[in-house]
Amino acid sequence: MNVIAVLGRTGLDLLASLGRASQFLGATLVATVAGLMPGGGRFSVGLGLLVRQLYVVGVLSLAIIVVSGLFIGMVLGLQGYTILSDYGSESAIGQMISLTLLRELGPVVTALLFAGRAGSALTAEIGLMKATEQLSSMEMMGVDPLRRVIAPRLWAGFFSMPLLALIFSVVGIWGGMLVSVEWLGVFEGSFWGNMQSSVEFGSDVMNGVIKSIVFGLVCTWIAVYQGYDCVPTSAGISSATTKTVVYASLAVLGLDFILTAVMFGDF
Amino acid sequence: MGQRTTEVTVGLFMLAGFAALVFLALQVSGLSAAQSGPTYTLYANFNDAGSLAPRAKVSMAGVTIGRVRDVALDTKTFQARVAVEIDQTVDNIPADSAAVIRTSGLLGEQYIDISVGGDTESLKPGDTFYSTQSAMNLERLISNFATGK
Repeated sequence: MNVIAVLGRTGLDLLASLGRASQFLGATLVATVAGLMPGGGRFSVGLGLLVRQLYVVGVLSLAIIVVSGLFIGMVLGLQGYTILSDYGSESAIGQMISLTLLRELGPVVTALLFAGRAGSALTAEIGLMKATEQLSSMEMMGVDPLRRVIAPRLWAGFFSMPLLALIFSVVGIWGGMLVSVEWLGVFEGSFWGNMQSSVEFGSDVMNGVIKSIVFGLVCTWIAVYQGYDCVPTSAGISSATTKTVVYASLAVLGLDFILTAVMFGDF
Repeated sequence: MGQRTTEVTVGLFMLAGFAALVFLALQVSGLSAAQSGPTYTLYANFNDAGSLAPRAKVSMAGVTIGRVRDVALDTKTFQARVAVEIDQTVDNIPADSAAVIRTSGLLGEQYIDISVGGDTESLKPGDTFYSTQSAMNLERLISNFATGK
């Protein structure tokens, strides 16, 4: 009987926290829209906050994205060459690298790195704001923390992720070209030619962009919600940060399967 | 760090992102090549369309002049009716030309090759190819060879 009660409680907790998270997302979006209304005032302040967060979330993530993209592209070049040269078709390496990066690795690895680098920082920052009662002070002063603190961070993540994923793919393709063309001697013309004949802008590049937009929303949503909802103690902040990384990674990988099945599965 | 520097850095970041998108569009997916001018439609009936799929290329003397738009079954003749879009610039295909389904390489994708005829009349939009040659079926070829037929 006890076991069933525990199961029930877990289910209810899960449902309640999903509900709170959705309510939170809705309230944040409403707060943003209210900020954009002419009567809502202080839009310029909001834009300044957004730029600041774009810098923290997007620009500061560039280093890890560029370096990982470069190395992943180079590894793809090496591995692909080893396998494809067995079949004498190493000229197909361009399309292998670009399709792998554009469809899967670009959006997914960027989202995982983003969750680790920017998502955890967002959670810790907002959690500490909650623990030190900065959020409640804002409410006391009549400033909506959703609009002032949460909305800029959510939108910054939403905008940064597709840009980061695109940069990741480009750097990866360049790294793959470096290894396969410059070092291993694949003919440059067939590298780019095969790539161009097999990559479709709409179905490959844009589907990757759509994936990364979804991942950006999900990662940042989980991060800011975990910070906003955390237990306001040091232990609570640390467990919220851990949860951000774990949940965001799992959500990205799970969603990736669903999105891939919808976009590329022929059925 | 001042507000101004932050704004400039973010601007550069967004520019880099858009530049990446343009690079992927032009250099990686070759978008400019896919953009083609006006086309007109011709039809061809095949006994066996093999694995011919929409967007497969249509070529003449090895030069791509169009794409397959649609592959459908004609329920009266039980043949595959293939609609192909030919570039408007190639408007003088002789009326007795044949549409042949070929395979690029041994295991590559299938495409339609138009072998040029000698007629002075040319195919008009909506016309159907008079003579066609179906896809080569490697398995059937091998089994025919093995049984000596």
